[in-house]
Amino acid sequence: MTMQIADSVPLSSLDARARAHAAAARNNLRTEPRGVQVVIITLAISFLSVFVVLPLVLVFAQAFSKGVLAYLAALAEPEALAAIKLTLVVAAISVSLNLVFGLVASWAIAKFEFTGKTFLITLIDLPFSVSPVISGLVFVLLFGAQGYFGNWLRDHDIQILFAVPGIALATTFVTFPFVARALIPLMQEQGTQEEEAAISLGASGLQTFFRVTLPNIKWGVLYGVLLCNARAMGEFGAVSVVSGHIRGETNTMPLLVEILYNEYQFVAAFAIASLLAMLALITLIAKTVLERHLDEGQDVNGH
Amino acid sequence: MAIEVKNLVKKFGSFAALDGVDLKVNDGELLALLGPSGSGKTTLLRIIAGLDWPDTGDVSFNGEDALAQGARERHVGFVFQHYALFRHMSVFENVAFGLRVQPRAIRKDEATIRMRVKELLDLVQLDWLADRYPSQLSGGQRQRIALARALAIEPRILLLDEPFGALDAKVRKELRKWLRSLHHEINVTSIFVTHDQEEALEVANRVVVMDKGRIEQIGSPDDVYETPATAFVHGFIGESIELPVQVDGGVVRLGDRPLDLAADGLMSGASKLFVRRHDMLVGPPGSGAFEGAVRQVRNFGPVQRAEVALSGGETIEIDAPRERELRAGDTIGLRPRRYRIFAGA
Repeated sequence: MTMQIADSVPLSSLDARARAHAAAARNNLRTEPRGVQVVIITLAISFLSVFVVLPLVLVFAQAFSKGVLAYLAALAEPEALAAIKLTLVVAAISVSLNLVFGLVASWAIAKFEFTGKTFLITLIDLPFSVSPVISGLVFVLLFGAQGYFGNWLRDHDIQILFAVPGIALATTFVTFPFVARALIPLMQEQGTQEEEAAISLGASGLQTFFRVTLPNIKWGVLYGVLLCNARAMGEFGAVSVVSGHIRGETNTMPLLVEILYNEYQFVAAFAIASLLAMLALITLIAKTVLERHLDEGQDVNGH
Repeated sequence: MAIEVKNLVKKFGSFAALDGVDLKVNDGELLALLGPSGSGKTTLLRIIAGLDWPDTGDVSFNGEDALAQGARERHVGFVFQHYALFRHMSVFENVAFGLRVQPRAIRKDEATIRMRVKELLDLVQLDWLADRYPSQLSGGQRQRIALARALAIEPRILLLDEPFGALDAKVRKELRKWLRSLHHEINVTSIFVTHDQEEALEVANRVVVMDKGRIEQIGSPDDVYETPATAFVHGFIGESIELPVQVDGGVVRLGDRPLDLAADGLMSGASKLFVRRHDMLVGPPGSGAFEGAVRQVRNFGPVQRAEVALSGGETIEIDAPRERELRAGDTIGLRPRRYRIFAGA
């Protein structure tokens, strides 16, 4: 009884408050008070600043700490140039392999029904769930001197470990899911009707692929390639195991950064690191652009 | 082009989508495949198009084996339920597609292709949309573009899968009429799949009623409506009252009440009585085979639909003309003007 009396507020004022509240809710579907919003947003921004923006700025600050000339000189070192070249070559190889594998795998998964499909999808995700170091070790077990193919490879004078092929293989393994992951949902959503339409209109398999399938998934392909490339260039763990760290020969950019850092060559280490950071920034921007394209114009033949 | 389908069987796992289908389609005919979902009608259409393959059976076009050819060689125009327009191509390029992918030897030059596409867009009355993309079209427009695209290859047969399924009621009615007159104009053997009986009866020359992978009846729209061959057809086409009855040596009983109906040489046993809603004539109590109390009346334009509780316990809905207003609580007699009894529960 006392509660009721204490709680009772003149009706008109309650009304006015309720109305104001409703109006606020209409303008902004969130009901949190302004203060709470400010606190949450500030928290998010400061967290991101400390953990993301600050390190990124520091990379560039360190790289340029002895001036632009020192920075450029560090990049012009033969060892640095070799690492950059190797990274580009490895990325080119693994991205193109994964482009083909990814297309084939997602085509199979999205357009056909077969037993073991779920298993195949799980298998594609495997590289994401396995530690990169283990991915690298697998190749050592396969192709190392004591590995399964070790003797055969030595007899035929083929060098895989501690050479470009090993690094490319490990990178390909680690980055395998990117293209397939980008394409499977896209192709599943698009179904097979447009391909069927093309074939019933007299198109051959290749014509159907190049005129109908590929144009429909091109943004998805680019998206997958972009992420695949970013990871391929930045991969450390798996590559570290198979590379052998031969200076000027089998060091990729991430490996070289570590080596230089351990040798207290901070400017050189961060100069290379700044290149990787720039790659990340470019990837981010391109990703945003591609995502906009991907969102556009889906579901034309509405279901 | 005449089509002949013989003893077609297609199973998906243990589910028989087609369970022994025989069908002859005459040259120039406009045929409807009518049935509920899962009746196998779309599967049959896809097999004729070459988009699916039967487990056993034959398909021939004018006597030549069609199963020996892929979809690409069959020259069959297929209009998909969701149109399957190429989303990244303009309307013009969609229609031109079939002409552009022809082998170089028989491919027409650009000017001829342009002329042909323009003709087709004129035919479907959408020439002003040539530069649009599929996402910018309405459902009805997409449907007609899909049709123009299928016609571009001068198909020997035109197949349409639920051509009006995804459209709203008004557009659907317009397109029905339009499809009929278009067929009259181009006169290519056409088969369309539908689950909408009204659509099948209104548009087609002949209707094939399917259920559970089998053909229940083939006939003109009048045939399937007036003289349904099976209980399924009667129940599926037209709005029917269905009552479980017992036939006993020429006497029809509903529950334990004998009905004043002829059992025309039916076998004794559990049967089903079918009467069209509008074939139940209303009279004074005791005037017909049935008697019942009106529960509820709603008006639908020229008819009143009454829910009647029969004295046997069943509740049925009848459509009566509005000359004699029915009211809830009335006790009435009902005489089926026409009815059919099918053996089997």
